[in-house]
Amino acid sequence: MENNNRKAWLYLLPAILFLAAFMVYPLIDVFIYSFEEGYNFASQTSFGTGWYNFSYVLHDTYFLQAVKNTMLLVVITVPVSTVLAILIALGLSSIKPLRKLYQTIYFLPYVTNTLAVGLVFMILFKPTAYSDGLVNLLINWFGGSSVDFIDGPYWAKMFVLCFYTIWVVLPFKILLLTSAIASVDQSYYNAAKVDGTSSFRIFYKITLPMISPTIFYLVITGFIGAFKSYSDAVALFGTDLNAAGMNTIVGYVYDMLYGDSGGYPSYASAAAIILFVIVLTITVINLLVSRKHVYYS
Amino acid sequence: MKVVLENLTKEFPARGKKAAGNVVAVDHVSFEIPDGSLTGLLGPSGCGKSTTLFMLCGLLAPTGGKIFFGEDDVTDLPAENRGVGIVFQNYALYPHLTVRQNILFPLENLKGKDKLSKAEMNRKAEEAAALVQIESLMDRKPSELSGGQQQRVAIARAMVKMPRVLLLDEPLSNLDARLRLQTREEIRRIQRETGITTVFVTHDQEEAMSISDQIVVMKEGVVQQIGRPQDVYDDPVNLFVAKFLGTPPINVFDGRVRGGILYIGEDAVLNVNKVPDGNVTVGIRPEGFVLADDGPLHLTLSRVEVLGRDISVVSTSPHSRNESVRSIISAEAKVDTSKPTVAFKLKPAKVFLFHKETEARIRYGE
Repeated sequence: MENNNRKAWLYLLPAILFLAAFMVYPLIDVFIYSFEEGYNFASQTSFGTGWYNFSYVLHDTYFLQAVKNTMLLVVITVPVSTVLAILIALGLSSIKPLRKLYQTIYFLPYVTNTLAVGLVFMILFKPTAYSDGLVNLLINWFGGSSVDFIDGPYWAKMFVLCFYTIWVVLPFKILLLTSAIASVDQSYYNAAKVDGTSSFRIFYKITLPMISPTIFYLVITGFIGAFKSYSDAVALFGTDLNAAGMNTIVGYVYDMLYGDSGGYPSYASAAAIILFVIVLTITVINLLVSRKHVYYS
Repeated sequence: MKVVLENLTKEFPARGKKAAGNVVAVDHVSFEIPDGSLTGLLGPSGCGKSTTLFMLCGLLAPTGGKIFFGEDDVTDLPAENRGVGIVFQNYALYPHLTVRQNILFPLENLKGKDKLSKAEMNRKAEEAAALVQIESLMDRKPSELSGGQQQRVAIARAMVKMPRVLLLDEPLSNLDARLRLQTREEIRRIQRETGITTVFVTHDQEEAMSISDQIVVMKEGVVQQIGRPQDVYDDPVNLFVAKFLGTPPINVFDGRVRGGILYIGEDAVLNVNKVPDGNVTVGIRPEGFVLADDGPLHLTLSRVEVLGRDISVVSTSPHSRNESVRSIISAEAKVDTSKPTVAFKLKPAKVFLFHKETEARIRYGE
């Protein structure tokens, strides 16, 4: 037993060393930085320790804007993408002809390069010298007036960001959900059919509980992914996100470190810790809620 | 509720690259299930018995033929309107619901004028649970139950709406041997108590023989024989039925008839009047052998197995189609194991002749 334990640690050692050096140590460092006021990289000095970094960040309008953007993104994209994915997966599972083809089509965005996706969204939303973008073309066609989705009103920009995020996360969710639905034993459906169960009740009482672990996994990872989003905003609005008013929390952290107004590791660390606390809280709430509603076989 | 199947046929499209035409799973099956009886659909796997059951249930639509429940033609009626209850082979209990919720599930589906009050539903669920004696398990999840208990819950769920016909798909195959005996008695008791017309599917002939009022033996989608279990056992219509029923199985020999006498090898074993001369297939039930020193049938003795009440004499014969010939005789008989051969007389009622090619039964007079 003792010997076995030692062996186990030996096998784990490379991974542990790697994680300790590149994950645990930086995490602890970030935590320390966040309490060191005015920390300077070059001189490795600070003025003192305290809550000032947090206070500064929490009073920074850019940070508050970033929190608002991120929250909106989370609250909109996670439920919408999950529900959409469930509906599409259900649809895919109930059709017989060409199912493989549809599955491939729905999965394409997942394997497509981000820049290519960005290009598609440019064509859809970005006004050029020649046109206002495909979506505006449609709006005009229905008698509306053009909206500037890239430099225009806040709601338009938020709409594009959410649309983009949902579009990017959808394929993976659909993939997982279709396989979850396919793995539900057919005899449950047969039993329900003999008992004259309506299709909505079959979905609500059988399919949904059976695939609830997958849904729960997607919600948790969806929340975490949305809280950490940054690159999507950059792909749409460029690197000066504060100016566009479309910054996210991770974007704020990046700007504080390396942006044009950057060079403040203490503020960046404080913002990162705040993000960590938010994600932790939401995940714990998720876990508590799931205990009641998720069925594990 | 009397159930009648009329020329029932089910074809499935053939699968695979070289496949042509359709696979006929059930081929013009006709029989009648008397009201209040327990009928066993019996046959080896792939014989179409489960397909027949699913057509009775309404989960599969027949390619041809008709199904009647009483006087009603239910062939085109969807499953939920037929008034059937079904217990699936794997029970199909909803794993996320408690036993009570599982039993209530069919009742909660009722709509319109059939809708029941909460109290009424609970009363019916309690009744169904009492019928299968699982009242104390109502708040457990299926995963917390044993196989036998899950089986009972599945029966309760199928019975809660008081179906006209109860269908059981391989009800005992997922249980261990001891539980199987107990559960089949239980199924028999429930069926008797409720008087509900019941059809069950099995590949286990012992199971079907022990509890059925009527068995239907099927092979490759075609009904071979229908009747009371003992009648079918005592009077099989062909070699397949004779071989399929009975444990230990029937012993099959190559024999020939000459001048009204049946020969196995050189032994003239039985008088068979009115049978024309020629080669035949002979089936002898294990209990058809009587130990007798002057008996006409001589077999090479391999060993004697003592089973308590009976003994089983295992021997070989060059004319046997099986590797060994197994005969069951009373334990009081003494087998002289020092001799290399053993001699038997045969009970004529336990000896069946079959046509060599068609394997149909050849009947003979005494």
